[in-house]
Amino acid sequence: MSTVAYITARGLFGRRRVLLLLPLPLLLVGLAVICHAYNVNPNQWGQAVVVGLGLAVVLPVTSLIVGTGVLGSEIDDGTIIHILTKPLPRRDIILAKLLVAAGVSAVVAAVPLFVAGVLADNVHFGLALAIAAVIGAVAYSAMFLLLSLLTRRPVLLGLVYILVWEGLLGRFVSGTRVLSIEQYVITIADKIAPTDMLTGKVNLTVAIVMSAIFAIGGTIYAINRLGSFSMAGETS
Amino acid sequence: MSVVELQNVSRWYGNVVAVNDISMTLQPGVTGLLGPNGAGKTTVLHMMAGFLSPSRGTVTVDGKPTWRNPSIYRSLGLVAEREAVHGFLTAREFVTACAKMQKLPDPAAAATRALEMVEMTDAQDRRIETFSKGMRQRARVAGALVHEPQVLLLDEPFNGMDPRQRMHMMDLLHALGDRGHTILFSSHILEEVEQLSGLVQVIVAGRLAASGDYRRIRRLMTTRPHVFALQSSDDRRLAVALIGEKSVSGVEIEPGGLTVRASDYGSFTRALPRIALGEGIRLRRLLPSDESLESVFSYLLEA
Repeated sequence: MSTVAYITARGLFGRRRVLLLLPLPLLLVGLAVICHAYNVNPNQWGQAVVVGLGLAVVLPVTSLIVGTGVLGSEIDDGTIIHILTKPLPRRDIILAKLLVAAGVSAVVAAVPLFVAGVLADNVHFGLALAIAAVIGAVAYSAMFLLLSLLTRRPVLLGLVYILVWEGLLGRFVSGTRVLSIEQYVITIADKIAPTDMLTGKVNLTVAIVMSAIFAIGGTIYAINRLGSFSMAGETS
Repeated sequence: MSVVELQNVSRWYGNVVAVNDISMTLQPGVTGLLGPNGAGKTTVLHMMAGFLSPSRGTVTVDGKPTWRNPSIYRSLGLVAEREAVHGFLTAREFVTACAKMQKLPDPAAAATRALEMVEMTDAQDRRIETFSKGMRQRARVAGALVHEPQVLLLDEPFNGMDPRQRMHMMDLLHALGDRGHTILFSSHILEEVEQLSGLVQVIVAGRLAASGDYRRIRRLMTTRPHVFALQSSDDRRLAVALIGEKSVSGVEIEPGGLTVRASDYGSFTRALPRIALGEGIRLRRLLPSDESLESVFSYLLEA
């Protein structure tokens, strides 16, 4: 593991912020386990828990907390300077951060989604959700990493994207779905394991191509932005 | 041997000009970057360190531009003013991580050497968040020194250090300068620069006000009278007595006391108690009223 990834991971797990990652996955698994234990028909709870909570909340919010935490918090407190004053290609720094962010988000979101999927339907559905969640985690992480470099308030903007763009507009304005990672994830999972619980609203090609654009485009842009990272002077 | 060069460098933020057409060349040795707060020292340092693009002009280290060029960090170290360090790491972990990111062949040995240099071996296994301000500073210096850079830039390095640590840091910078490293440190405290470096670059209001040997600049400054505010039991009688003193070049009687201009700081401060005692006047207050660096700098700017 690169030193940058090591410091990033230590920083991520060393902060209290990491505790924020626990409640949502626990809630997801908890609800699925309770519904399953009481033999509630999966058609009644599956969509609400898997999509409403898992894909619309757990995955994006986890990615937001982690994605803005790996770089944004270092920019905020100024510790990023110790990494930037090294002869490392900026590409390596961004890729190391993205690897940690996407890896942690993928594990935190995909595992409970897998469990919920298995309980709601079967292992195949659980795997489909997990795979789609990993793809989503990469795309979200790249976007939130980039947001950390574009704005001083990446968490706020990220929340606006999740709640307003994906949550609100995505429901009523069909055109916004083309730029919604949540919709790509739903479509991909739906194609791998078609069920009544998931209804993909964009087509698979769009989902895959757009996920790649978010992930790769976001990363390339982030590398470029980090290359021009400026520190404000005392007179600014 | 590395040379840092600024050629006609300006930097502005919107309508505010932070640095105005500065050209300077830093040679091996220790140079002080002196100026009042807000003069543009940090802006200059950030441009040298590649963390700010000049709006106009060029900033180079050994002929290579510093902006968008991470490879310069092989020969450049920066100790920024902001004291943030990864607090969850121990000093040794932090310095070793710096060595690894520099891709040094033996990071552990380099870290040991750097920690010894800043006298941190005793505290090396403590987490940095438990350190005092001065210790954090030394840990950061160790991190910046671990690859023995040819150029070391330090922004207000003595802030928060106690006198002993300050002395040690000065010795360290001296030793590095003597070994042919190019060291630039900024400070708004004249005495620090006086103790550490013969060469200074003085920045006032974004412009290079003076450049060169400190003693020459100091001489320019001593031709200016020192101003004191004085209060005594009998201001008027004291004024009469003081005007007869050779080191006094002017006395003004004001409602709140006297304003005395002295051409020689030392002679005046020695003569004052003698005169007051001789006249039987009790001194209540003596304040050097224009010792602030800003006034010294503005004087330099006019000179």
